[in-house]
Amino acid sequence: MRFQFVFSEVWIGLRRNLTMTVALIVVVAISLSLLGTGLLFVKQVDNTRSYWQSRVQLSVYLCTPSDVAANCERNGGVTPSEVAAIKSELLATHDTLSIQYVTADAAYKQFRQEFANNEPIVRYTARNQIPPSFEIRLKNTQADAAQVTEVMDGAPGVSQVVNDASILDQFYRLLDGARNAVVVIAIFLLVAAILLVANTIRLSAFNRRRETSIMRLVGASNFYVQLPFLVEGMIAGLFGWLVATGLLIGVKSVLLSSLQSIFPYGVSLSTADLVEVIIVAMITGLLICGSTSFLTLRRYLRV
Amino acid sequence: MIHFDNVTKTYANQSRPALENVSLDVEKGEFVFLVGPSGSGKSTFLRLVLKEERPTSGRIHVAGKDLARLTNWKVPHLRRRIGCVFQDFRLLPNKNVYQNIAFALEVIGKPRRFIRKVVPEVIDLVGLEGKRERMPDELSGGEQQRVAMARAFVNRPMILLADEPTGNIDPATSIGIMKVLDRINRTGTTVVMATHDAAIVDSMRKRVIELEYGKVVRDQSRGVYGQAY
Repeated sequence: MRFQFVFSEVWIGLRRNLTMTVALIVVVAISLSLLGTGLLFVKQVDNTRSYWQSRVQLSVYLCTPSDVAANCERNGGVTPSEVAAIKSELLATHDTLSIQYVTADAAYKQFRQEFANNEPIVRYTARNQIPPSFEIRLKNTQADAAQVTEVMDGAPGVSQVVNDASILDQFYRLLDGARNAVVVIAIFLLVAAILLVANTIRLSAFNRRRETSIMRLVGASNFYVQLPFLVEGMIAGLFGWLVATGLLIGVKSVLLSSLQSIFPYGVSLSTADLVEVIIVAMITGLLICGSTSFLTLRRYLRV
Repeated sequence: MIHFDNVTKTYANQSRPALENVSLDVEKGEFVFLVGPSGSGKSTFLRLVLKEERPTSGRIHVAGKDLARLTNWKVPHLRRRIGCVFQDFRLLPNKNVYQNIAFALEVIGKPRRFIRKVVPEVIDLVGLEGKRERMPDELSGGEQQRVAMARAFVNRPMILLADEPTGNIDPATSIGIMKVLDRINRTGTTVVMATHDAAIVDSMRKRVIELEYGKVVRDQSRGVYGQAY
Protein backbone atom coordinates (compact mmCIF):
# COMPACT_ATOMS: atom_id res chain seq x y z
CA MET A 1 0.00 0.00 0.00
CA ARG A 2 1.56 3.25 -1.07
CA PHE A 3 0.35 5.95 1.34
CA GLN A 4 2.13 8.68 -0.49
CA PHE A 5 0.34 7.83 -3.70
CA VAL A 6 -3.09 7.57 -2.08
CA PHE A 7 -2.51 10.82 -0.24
CA SER A 8 -1.55 12.69 -3.40
CA GLU A 9 -4.58 11.32 -5.26
CA VAL A 10 -6.85 12.38 -2.38
CA TRP A 11 -5.34 15.85 -2.37
CA ILE A 12 -5.80 16.24 -6.12
CA GLY A 13 -9.38 15.04 -5.82
CA LEU A 14 -10.20 17.45 -2.99
CA ARG A 15 -8.82 20.40 -4.90
CA ARG A 16 -10.68 19.56 -8.08
CA ASN A 17 -13.90 19.14 -6.21
CA LEU A 18 -13.46 22.02 -3.82
CA THR A 19 -16.88 23.69 -3.95
CA MET A 20 -18.78 20.52 -3.34
CA THR A 21 -16.42 19.48 -0.58
CA VAL A 22 -16.92 22.79 1.18
CA ALA A 23 -20.69 22.44 0.86
CA LEU A 24 -20.44 18.99 2.34
CA ILE A 25 -18.34 20.20 5.27
CA VAL A 26 -20.84 22.96 6.04
CA VAL A 27 -23.84 20.64 6.00
CA VAL A 28 -22.12 18.03 8.13
CA ALA A 29 -21.01 20.72 10.57
CA ILE A 30 -24.48 22.17 10.99
CA SER A 31 -26.28 18.86 11.29
CA LEU A 32 -23.78 17.50 13.82
CA SER A 33 -24.00 20.75 15.79
CA LEU A 34 -27.76 20.55 15.95
CA LEU A 35 -27.65 16.92 16.94
CA GLY A 36 -25.12 17.77 19.62
CA THR A 37 -27.20 20.67 20.86
CA GLY A 38 -30.20 18.40 21.22
CA LEU A 39 -28.06 16.00 23.21
CA LEU A 40 -26.81 18.85 25.39
CA PHE A 41 -30.39 19.82 26.17
CA VAL A 42 -31.18 16.26 27.14
CA LYS A 43 -28.18 16.17 29.42
CA GLN A 44 -29.11 19.51 30.94
CA VAL A 45 -32.53 18.19 31.88
CA ASP A 46 -31.12 14.96 33.29
CA ASN A 47 -28.50 16.74 35.35
CA THR A 48 -31.02 19.21 36.72
CA ARG A 49 -33.47 16.47 37.56
CA SER A 50 -30.97 14.38 39.49
CA TYR A 51 -29.60 17.41 41.30
CA TRP A 52 -32.96 18.59 42.55
CA GLN A 53 -34.20 15.17 43.52
CA SER A 54 -32.58 15.54 46.90
CA ARG A 55 -33.01 19.24 47.42
CA VAL A 56 -35.73 21.57 48.67
CA GLN A 57 -39.07 20.47 47.48
CA LEU A 58 -41.66 22.65 49.03
CA SER A 59 -41.51 26.34 49.79
CA VAL A 60 -44.08 27.93 52.07
CA TYR A 61 -43.91 31.65 51.50
CA LEU A 62 -45.13 33.79 54.35
CA CYS A 63 -46.90 37.13 54.10
CA THR A 64 -44.93 40.29 53.56
CA PRO A 65 -46.30 43.68 54.62
CA SER A 66 -47.28 44.55 51.04
CA ASP A 67 -48.50 41.13 50.03
CA VAL A 68 -51.67 41.01 47.96
CA ALA A 69 -52.42 37.33 48.44
CA ALA A 70 -55.89 36.47 49.66
CA ASN A 71 -54.68 35.21 52.95
CA CYS A 72 -52.64 38.29 53.80
CA GLU A 73 -55.37 40.87 53.72
CA ARG A 74 -54.64 41.86 57.24
CA ASN A 75 -51.65 43.71 55.86
CA GLY A 76 -48.68 43.86 58.09
CA GLY A 77 -46.82 40.76 57.30
CA VAL A 78 -46.68 37.53 59.19
CA THR A 79 -46.42 37.73 62.98
CA PRO A 80 -43.97 35.71 65.06
CA SER A 81 -46.78 33.80 66.70
CA GLU A 82 -48.11 32.80 63.32
CA VAL A 83 -44.62 31.66 62.33
CA ALA A 84 -44.43 29.50 65.46
CA ALA A 85 -47.87 28.05 64.76
CA ILE A 86 -46.93 27.15 61.22
CA LYS A 87 -43.69 25.63 62.37
CA SER A 88 -45.35 23.35 64.90
CA GLU A 89 -47.95 22.36 62.34
CA LEU A 90 -45.19 21.36 59.95
CA LEU A 91 -43.32 19.45 62.62
CA ALA A 92 -46.46 17.49 63.29
CA THR A 93 -46.25 16.12 59.76
CA HIS A 94 -43.94 13.20 60.33
CA ASP A 95 -42.80 12.70 56.82
CA THR A 96 -40.73 15.84 56.47
CA LEU A 97 -37.02 15.27 56.22
CA SER A 98 -36.05 18.77 57.21
CA ILE A 99 -37.64 22.13 57.82
CA GLN A 100 -35.65 25.31 57.43
CA TYR A 101 -36.81 28.81 58.17
CA VAL A 102 -35.39 31.47 55.87
CA THR A 103 -35.68 34.99 57.26
CA ALA A 104 -36.72 37.90 55.08
CA ASP A 105 -33.21 39.32 55.19
CA ALA A 106 -31.61 36.04 54.22
CA ALA A 107 -34.14 35.65 51.43
CA TYR A 108 -33.42 39.12 50.11
CA LYS A 109 -29.70 38.44 50.13
CA GLN A 110 -30.22 35.23 48.22
CA PHE A 111 -32.49 36.99 45.75
CA ARG A 112 -29.86 39.61 44.99
CA GLN A 113 -27.29 36.89 44.49
CA GLU A 114 -29.37 34.80 42.11
CA PHE A 115 -30.49 37.69 39.99
CA ALA A 116 -27.12 39.41 39.90
CA ASN A 117 -27.27 39.40 36.10
CA ASN A 118 -30.65 41.03 36.01
CA GLU A 119 -30.17 44.61 37.11
CA PRO A 120 -33.67 46.01 36.49
CA ILE A 121 -35.37 43.38 38.64
CA VAL A 122 -32.99 43.94 41.50
CA ARG A 123 -33.41 47.69 41.34
CA TYR A 124 -37.18 47.68 41.39
CA THR A 125 -37.73 45.12 44.06
CA ALA A 126 -37.89 46.52 47.54
CA ARG A 127 -36.40 44.73 50.47
CA ASN A 128 -39.70 44.04 52.13
CA GLN A 129 -41.17 42.52 49.03
CA ILE A 130 -39.08 39.39 49.44
CA PRO A 131 -40.94 37.10 51.86
CA PRO A 132 -39.51 34.86 54.51
CA SER A 133 -40.22 31.19 53.93
CA PHE A 134 -40.14 27.70 55.23
CA GLU A 135 -38.07 25.44 52.99
CA ILE A 136 -39.24 21.87 53.44
CA ARG A 137 -37.66 18.67 52.25
CA LEU A 138 -40.11 15.81 52.03
CA LYS A 139 -39.58 12.13 52.14
CA ASN A 140 -42.11 11.20 49.50
CA THR A 141 -42.65 14.13 47.20
CA GLN A 142 -45.84 13.44 45.35
CA ALA A 143 -48.19 12.33 48.01
CA ASP A 144 -46.79 14.37 50.87
CA ALA A 145 -46.49 17.56 48.87
CA ALA A 146 -50.17 17.51 48.15
CA GLN A 147 -51.00 16.89 51.78
CA VAL A 148 -48.75 19.58 53.19
CA THR A 149 -49.94 22.06 50.58
CA GLU A 150 -53.52 21.40 51.58
CA VAL A 151 -52.75 21.94 55.20
CA MET A 152 -50.72 25.08 54.68
CA ASP A 153 -52.92 26.70 52.12
CA GLY A 154 -55.10 29.16 53.92
CA ALA A 155 -53.29 28.94 57.22
CA PRO A 156 -52.90 32.40 58.76
CA GLY A 157 -49.72 34.10 57.61
CA VAL A 158 -49.15 31.88 54.60
CA SER A 159 -48.94 33.75 51.33
CA GLN A 160 -48.51 30.84 49.01
CA VAL A 161 -47.21 27.31 48.91
CA VAL A 162 -44.98 26.60 45.99
CA ASN A 163 -44.02 23.15 44.92
CA ASP A 164 -40.57 23.63 43.46
CA ALA A 165 -41.25 20.76 41.19
CA SER A 166 -43.81 22.82 39.31
CA ILE A 167 -41.27 25.51 38.54
CA LEU A 168 -38.80 22.93 37.43
CA ASP A 169 -41.47 21.34 35.30
CA GLN A 170 -41.62 24.53 33.29
CA PHE A 171 -37.87 24.43 32.90
CA TYR A 172 -37.99 20.82 31.79
CA ARG A 173 -40.80 21.48 29.37
CA LEU A 174 -38.98 24.40 27.82
CA LEU A 175 -35.85 22.36 27.29
CA ASP A 176 -37.75 19.34 26.04
CA GLY A 177 -39.52 21.50 23.50
CA ALA A 178 -36.27 23.06 22.37
CA ARG A 179 -34.67 19.63 22.21
CA ASN A 180 -37.45 18.23 20.04
CA ALA A 181 -37.31 21.14 17.63
CA VAL A 182 -33.55 20.92 17.37
CA VAL A 183 -33.52 17.16 16.84
CA VAL A 184 -36.16 17.33 14.11
CA ILE A 185 -34.14 19.91 12.22
CA ALA A 186 -31.00 17.86 12.82
CA ILE A 187 -32.59 14.79 11.28
CA PHE A 188 -33.57 16.73 8.18
CA LEU A 189 -30.05 18.06 7.91
CA LEU A 190 -28.53 14.62 8.38
CA VAL A 191 -30.60 13.38 5.46
CA ALA A 192 -29.32 16.35 3.47
CA ALA A 193 -25.78 15.45 4.54
CA ILE A 194 -26.20 11.87 3.35
CA LEU A 195 -27.45 13.04 -0.03
CA LEU A 196 -24.63 15.54 -0.32
CA VAL A 197 -21.98 12.95 0.51
CA ALA A 198 -23.41 10.64 -2.14
CA ASN A 199 -23.48 13.43 -4.71
CA THR A 200 -20.01 14.70 -3.89
CA ILE A 201 -18.48 11.25 -4.15
CA ARG A 202 -20.30 10.61 -7.38
CA LEU A 203 -19.11 13.90 -8.85
CA SER A 204 -15.59 13.23 -7.70
CA ALA A 205 -15.63 9.79 -9.30
CA PHE A 206 -16.96 11.31 -12.51
CA ASN A 207 -14.27 13.98 -12.55
CA ARG A 208 -11.61 11.36 -12.16
CA ARG A 209 -12.99 8.82 -14.60
CA ARG A 210 -9.96 9.09 -16.86
CA GLU A 211 -7.59 8.17 -14.06
CA THR A 212 -9.98 5.53 -12.77
CA SER A 213 -10.37 3.77 -16.09
CA ILE A 214 -6.62 3.64 -16.58
CA MET A 215 -6.18 2.35 -13.05
CA ARG A 216 -8.62 -0.45 -13.74
CA LEU A 217 -7.04 -1.20 -17.10
CA VAL A 218 -3.58 -1.42 -15.68
CA GLY A 219 -4.67 -3.82 -12.96
CA ALA A 220 -5.02 -1.75 -9.80
CA SER A 221 -7.00 -3.63 -7.19
CA ASN A 222 -10.58 -2.48 -6.60
CA PHE A 223 -9.75 -1.35 -3.10
CA TYR A 224 -6.93 0.84 -4.36
CA VAL A 225 -9.18 2.46 -6.92
CA GLN A 226 -11.92 3.24 -4.38
CA LEU A 227 -9.68 4.25 -1.51
CA PRO A 228 -8.96 7.87 -2.52
CA PHE A 229 -12.69 8.62 -2.79
CA LEU A 230 -13.47 6.99 0.54
CA VAL A 231 -10.75 9.01 2.20
CA GLU A 232 -12.05 12.19 0.55
CA GLY A 233 -15.49 11.56 2.02
CA MET A 234 -14.08 10.85 5.48
CA ILE A 235 -11.86 13.92 5.45
CA ALA A 236 -14.80 16.14 4.60
CA GLY A 237 -16.73 14.49 7.41
CA LEU A 238 -13.85 15.02 9.82
CA PHE A 239 -13.56 18.70 9.01
CA GLY A 240 -17.31 19.05 9.38
CA TRP A 241 -17.02 17.46 12.81
CA LEU A 242 -14.23 19.83 13.82
CA VAL A 243 -16.38 22.82 12.93
CA ALA A 244 -19.30 21.22 14.77
CA THR A 245 -17.12 20.80 17.86
CA GLY A 246 -16.32 24.50 17.82
CA LEU A 247 -20.00 25.34 17.46
CA LEU A 248 -20.99 23.00 20.26
CA ILE A 249 -18.45 24.55 22.62
CA GLY A 250 -19.97 27.88 21.72
CA VAL A 251 -23.49 26.58 22.37
CA LYS A 252 -22.55 25.28 25.77
CA SER A 253 -20.79 28.38 26.98
CA VAL A 254 -23.10 30.99 25.46
CA LEU A 255 -26.55 29.53 25.15
CA LEU A 256 -26.73 27.37 28.21
CA SER A 257 -25.08 30.00 30.36
CA SER A 258 -27.67 32.58 29.38
CA LEU A 259 -30.30 29.97 30.15
CA GLN A 260 -28.77 29.81 33.63
CA SER A 261 -29.30 33.50 34.25
CA ILE A 262 -32.97 33.24 33.32
CA PHE A 263 -33.59 29.99 35.13
CA PRO A 264 -31.21 29.83 38.04
CA TYR A 265 -32.52 26.42 38.94
CA GLY A 266 -30.63 24.69 36.18
CA VAL A 267 -27.44 22.86 36.93
CA SER A 268 -24.68 23.67 34.51
CA LEU A 269 -23.14 20.90 32.42
CA SER A 270 -19.66 19.69 33.06
CA THR A 271 -16.84 19.46 30.55
CA ALA A 272 -17.18 15.67 30.64
CA ASP A 273 -20.75 15.99 29.38
CA LEU A 274 -19.60 18.21 26.52
CA VAL A 275 -16.80 15.79 25.61
CA GLU A 276 -19.27 12.90 25.58
CA VAL A 277 -21.57 14.77 23.19
CA ILE A 278 -18.64 15.70 20.96
CA ILE A 279 -17.54 12.07 20.74
CA VAL A 280 -21.05 10.93 19.88
CA ALA A 281 -21.12 13.59 17.14
CA MET A 282 -17.81 12.34 15.77
CA ILE A 283 -18.95 8.73 15.63
CA THR A 284 -22.20 9.72 13.94
CA GLY A 285 -20.35 11.89 11.42
CA LEU A 286 -17.79 9.24 10.53
CA LEU A 287 -20.41 6.52 10.27
CA ILE A 288 -22.60 8.55 7.97
CA CYS A 289 -19.81 9.79 5.71
CA GLY A 290 -18.02 6.46 5.61
CA SER A 291 -21.00 4.24 4.88
CA THR A 292 -22.55 6.63 2.35
CA SER A 293 -19.23 6.99 0.51
CA PHE A 294 -18.79 3.24 0.44
CA LEU A 295 -22.30 2.54 -0.82
CA THR A 296 -22.13 5.29 -3.45
CA LEU A 297 -18.81 3.99 -4.75
CA ARG A 298 -20.21 0.51 -5.09
CA ARG A 299 -22.95 1.91 -7.23
CA TYR A 300 -21.15 4.43 -9.41
CA LEU A 301 -17.57 3.21 -9.65
CA ARG A 302 -17.88 0.14 -11.74
CA VAL A 303 -15.22 -2.38 -10.75
CA MET B 1 -1.11 -18.07 -24.25
CA ILE B 2 -4.56 -17.12 -25.56
CA HIS B 3 -7.00 -19.92 -26.22
CA PHE B 4 -10.55 -19.36 -27.48
CA ASP B 5 -12.81 -22.39 -27.51
CA ASN B 6 -16.02 -21.92 -29.46
CA VAL B 7 -16.60 -18.47 -28.07
CA THR B 8 -19.75 -16.53 -28.86
CA LYS B 9 -20.53 -13.05 -27.58
CA THR B 10 -23.83 -11.33 -28.09
CA TYR B 11 -24.35 -7.91 -26.56
CA ALA B 12 -27.69 -7.11 -24.99
CA ASN B 13 -30.26 -5.54 -27.34
CA GLN B 14 -28.47 -6.85 -30.39
CA SER B 15 -29.65 -9.66 -32.64
CA ARG B 16 -26.42 -10.48 -34.39
CA PRO B 17 -23.60 -11.83 -32.20
CA ALA B 18 -20.41 -9.73 -32.10
CA LEU B 19 -18.38 -12.93 -32.14
CA GLU B 20 -19.69 -16.28 -33.28
CA ASN B 21 -18.11 -19.66 -32.58
CA VAL B 22 -14.58 -18.31 -32.58
CA SER B 23 -11.92 -20.89 -31.85
CA LEU B 24 -8.28 -20.03 -32.10
CA ASP B 25 -4.94 -20.25 -30.33
CA VAL B 26 -2.24 -17.65 -29.99
CA GLU B 27 1.10 -19.05 -28.86
CA LYS B 28 3.57 -17.36 -26.59
CA GLY B 29 5.74 -14.84 -28.40
CA GLU B 30 3.58 -14.69 -31.51
CA PHE B 31 2.72 -11.50 -33.35
CA VAL B 32 -0.86 -11.58 -34.60
CA PHE B 33 -2.78 -9.08 -36.72
CA LEU B 34 -6.52 -9.07 -36.25
CA VAL B 35 -8.10 -7.58 -39.35
CA GLY B 36 -11.61 -7.03 -40.62
CA PRO B 37 -14.12 -4.27 -41.31
CA SER B 38 -15.68 -2.14 -38.55
CA GLY B 39 -18.04 -4.16 -36.43
CA SER B 40 -16.42 -7.45 -37.28
CA GLY B 41 -15.62 -8.16 -33.66
CA LYS B 42 -11.99 -7.13 -33.28
CA SER B 43 -12.51 -4.89 -30.27
CA THR B 44 -14.84 -7.45 -28.71
CA PHE B 45 -12.11 -10.03 -28.99
CA LEU B 46 -9.65 -7.82 -27.14
CA ARG B 47 -12.16 -6.96 -24.42
CA LEU B 48 -12.88 -10.62 -23.83
CA VAL B 49 -9.19 -11.29 -23.32
CA LEU B 50 -9.10 -8.54 -20.68
CA LYS B 51 -12.25 -9.88 -19.07
CA GLU B 52 -13.94 -6.55 -19.58
CA GLU B 53 -16.76 -8.57 -21.11
CA ARG B 54 -17.87 -12.14 -20.48
CA PRO B 55 -18.57 -14.52 -23.36
CA THR B 56 -22.18 -15.56 -23.88
CA SER B 57 -20.88 -19.09 -24.45
CA GLY B 58 -17.56 -20.86 -24.89
CA ARG B 59 -14.34 -20.94 -22.89
CA ILE B 60 -11.42 -18.54 -22.86
CA HIS B 61 -8.00 -19.33 -21.45
CA VAL B 62 -5.38 -16.66 -20.98
CA ALA B 63 -1.91 -17.72 -19.81
CA GLY B 64 -3.33 -21.07 -18.87
CA LYS B 65 -6.09 -19.65 -16.68
CA ASP B 66 -9.75 -20.24 -17.42
CA LEU B 67 -11.32 -16.78 -17.35
CA ALA B 68 -14.70 -18.15 -16.38
CA ARG B 69 -13.22 -19.48 -13.16
CA LEU B 70 -11.36 -16.28 -12.37
CA THR B 71 -12.97 -14.51 -9.39
CA ASN B 72 -13.65 -10.80 -9.61
CA TRP B 73 -10.96 -9.83 -7.20
CA LYS B 74 -8.34 -11.76 -9.13
CA VAL B 75 -9.09 -9.92 -12.35
CA PRO B 76 -6.73 -7.01 -11.54
CA HIS B 77 -3.89 -9.51 -11.25
CA LEU B 78 -4.67 -10.78 -14.73
CA ARG B 79 -4.70 -7.28 -16.12
CA ARG B 80 -1.28 -6.54 -14.70
CA ARG B 81 0.14 -9.16 -17.01
CA ILE B 82 -1.57 -7.66 -20.06
CA GLY B 83 -0.61 -4.32 -21.60
CA CYS B 84 -3.07 -2.26 -23.62
CA VAL B 85 -2.65 0.39 -26.30
CA PHE B 86 -5.55 2.29 -27.85
CA GLN B 87 -6.29 4.45 -30.82
CA ASP B 88 -6.89 7.52 -28.64
CA PHE B 89 -3.71 7.04 -26.60
CA ARG B 90 -5.52 7.49 -23.23
CA LEU B 91 -2.80 9.48 -21.52
CA LEU B 92 -3.44 11.59 -18.43
CA PRO B 93 -3.30 15.21 -19.61
CA ASN B 94 -2.02 16.63 -16.32
CA LYS B 95 0.99 14.36 -16.04
CA ASN B 96 4.18 14.43 -18.06
CA VAL B 97 5.71 11.50 -19.94
CA TYR B 98 7.55 10.11 -16.95
CA GLN B 99 4.57 10.48 -14.63
CA ASN B 100 2.18 8.89 -17.11
CA ILE B 101 4.31 5.79 -17.33
CA ALA B 102 5.07 5.78 -13.61
CA PHE B 103 1.33 6.00 -12.88
CA ALA B 104 0.82 2.49 -14.19
CA LEU B 105 3.35 1.21 -11.67
CA GLU B 106 2.27 3.38 -8.78
CA VAL B 107 -1.31 2.19 -8.86
CA ILE B 108 -0.24 -1.41 -8.51
CA GLY B 109 1.92 -0.56 -5.54
CA LYS B 110 5.42 -0.82 -6.95
CA PRO B 111 8.06 0.87 -4.78
CA ARG B 112 9.55 4.18 -5.82
CA ARG B 113 13.01 2.71 -6.25
CA PHE B 114 11.73 0.20 -8.77
CA ILE B 115 9.88 2.86 -10.71
CA ARG B 116 12.91 5.13 -10.88
CA LYS B 117 14.91 2.28 -12.37
CA VAL B 118 12.43 0.85 -14.82
CA VAL B 119 10.69 3.86 -16.32
CA PRO B 120 13.78 5.46 -17.91
CA GLU B 121 14.64 2.09 -19.49
CA VAL B 122 11.31 1.85 -21.19
CA ILE B 123 11.37 5.51 -22.25
CA ASP B 124 14.59 4.71 -24.09
CA LEU B 125 13.08 1.58 -25.59
CA VAL B 126 10.32 3.53 -27.29
CA GLY B 127 12.71 6.22 -28.47
CA LEU B 128 11.64 9.13 -26.30
CA GLU B 129 14.85 9.77 -24.41
CA GLY B 130 15.12 13.47 -23.56
CA LYS B 131 11.36 13.98 -23.53
CA ARG B 132 10.69 12.83 -19.97
CA GLU B 133 9.31 16.13 -18.77
CA ARG B 134 7.05 16.86 -21.72
CA MET B 135 3.30 17.06 -21.22
CA PRO B 136 1.02 15.13 -23.60
CA ASP B 137 -0.21 18.27 -25.34
CA GLU B 138 3.41 19.09 -26.19
CA LEU B 139 3.87 15.79 -28.03
CA SER B 140 2.92 14.71 -31.51
CA GLY B 141 0.48 11.86 -32.06
CA GLY B 142 3.24 9.42 -32.73
CA GLU B 143 5.10 10.43 -29.60
CA GLN B 144 1.96 10.15 -27.49
CA GLN B 145 1.38 6.66 -28.78
CA ARG B 146 4.95 5.77 -27.87
CA VAL B 147 4.27 6.95 -24.33
CA ALA B 148 1.17 4.77 -24.26
CA MET B 149 3.20 1.81 -25.44
CA ALA B 150 5.88 2.50 -22.85
CA ARG B 151 3.17 2.52 -20.20
CA ALA B 152 1.71 -0.72 -21.52
CA PHE B 153 5.09 -2.40 -21.57
CA VAL B 154 6.75 -1.05 -18.42
CA ASN B 155 5.54 -3.90 -16.22
CA ARG B 156 6.87 -6.51 -18.69
CA PRO B 157 3.46 -8.02 -19.50
CA MET B 158 3.07 -11.39 -21.14
CA ILE B 159 0.63 -10.06 -23.70
CA LEU B 160 0.32 -6.69 -25.39
CA LEU B 161 -3.07 -5.88 -26.92
CA ALA B 162 -3.26 -3.02 -29.40
CA ASP B 163 -6.62 -1.72 -30.61
CA GLU B 164 -5.97 0.28 -33.80
CA PRO B 165 -2.81 1.93 -32.46
CA THR B 166 -2.00 3.63 -35.75
CA GLY B 167 -5.55 4.83 -36.34
CA ASN B 168 -4.76 8.47 -35.53
CA ILE B 169 -1.27 8.54 -36.95
CA ASP B 170 0.10 9.31 -40.41
CA PRO B 171 1.62 6.45 -42.46
CA ALA B 172 5.21 7.58 -42.06
CA THR B 173 5.03 7.80 -38.29
CA SER B 174 3.12 4.54 -38.15
CA ILE B 175 6.22 2.75 -39.33
CA GLY B 176 8.08 4.03 -36.29
CA ILE B 177 5.27 2.77 -34.05
CA MET B 178 5.39 -0.64 -35.62
CA LYS B 179 9.15 -0.80 -35.14
CA VAL B 180 8.57 -0.29 -31.40
CA LEU B 181 5.95 -3.01 -31.38
CA ASP B 182 8.29 -5.31 -33.16
CA ARG B 183 11.03 -4.56 -30.64
CA ILE B 184 8.58 -5.36 -27.84
CA ASN B 185 7.59 -8.59 -29.54
CA ARG B 186 11.22 -9.62 -29.82
CA THR B 187 11.60 -9.49 -26.06
CA GLY B 188 9.14 -12.37 -25.91
CA THR B 189 5.89 -10.52 -25.45
CA THR B 190 2.91 -11.90 -27.32
CA VAL B 191 1.36 -9.12 -29.43
CA VAL B 192 -2.20 -9.05 -30.77
CA MET B 193 -2.99 -6.01 -32.86
CA ALA B 194 -6.40 -5.13 -34.29
CA THR B 195 -6.06 -2.88 -37.31
CA HIS B 196 -7.43 -1.44 -40.52
CA ASP B 197 -4.00 -0.45 -41.73
CA ALA B 198 -3.42 -2.57 -44.84
CA ALA B 199 0.04 -1.22 -45.56
CA ILE B 200 1.36 -2.14 -42.15
CA VAL B 201 -0.04 -5.64 -42.30
CA ASP B 202 1.33 -6.23 -45.76
CA SER B 203 4.78 -4.97 -44.89
CA MET B 204 5.26 -7.05 -41.77
CA ARG B 205 4.10 -10.43 -42.98
CA LYS B 206 3.02 -11.80 -39.62
CA ARG B 207 0.14 -14.10 -38.79
CA VAL B 208 -3.16 -12.58 -39.94
CA ILE B 209 -6.56 -13.53 -38.53
CA GLU B 210 -9.43 -12.06 -40.48
CA LEU B 211 -12.85 -11.55 -38.89
CA GLU B 212 -16.06 -10.91 -40.78
CA TYR B 213 -19.38 -10.44 -39.00
CA GLY B 214 -17.93 -12.06 -35.91
CA LYS B 215 -16.60 -15.18 -37.59
CA VAL B 216 -13.03 -16.14 -38.36
CA VAL B 217 -12.78 -16.34 -42.14
CA ARG B 218 -9.03 -16.54 -42.53
CA ASP B 219 -6.09 -17.53 -40.36
CA GLN B 220 -2.85 -17.23 -42.23
CA SER B 221 0.74 -17.17 -41.05
CA ARG B 222 2.88 -14.60 -42.90
CA GLY B 223 -0.35 -13.17 -44.28
CA VAL B 224 -1.42 -9.98 -46.00
CA TYR B 225 -4.38 -7.70 -45.36
CA GLY B 226 -6.61 -8.51 -48.31
CA GLN B 227 -7.26 -11.96 -49.70
CA ALA B 228 -4.18 -13.19 -51.45
CA TYR B 229 -5.77 -14.73 -54.49
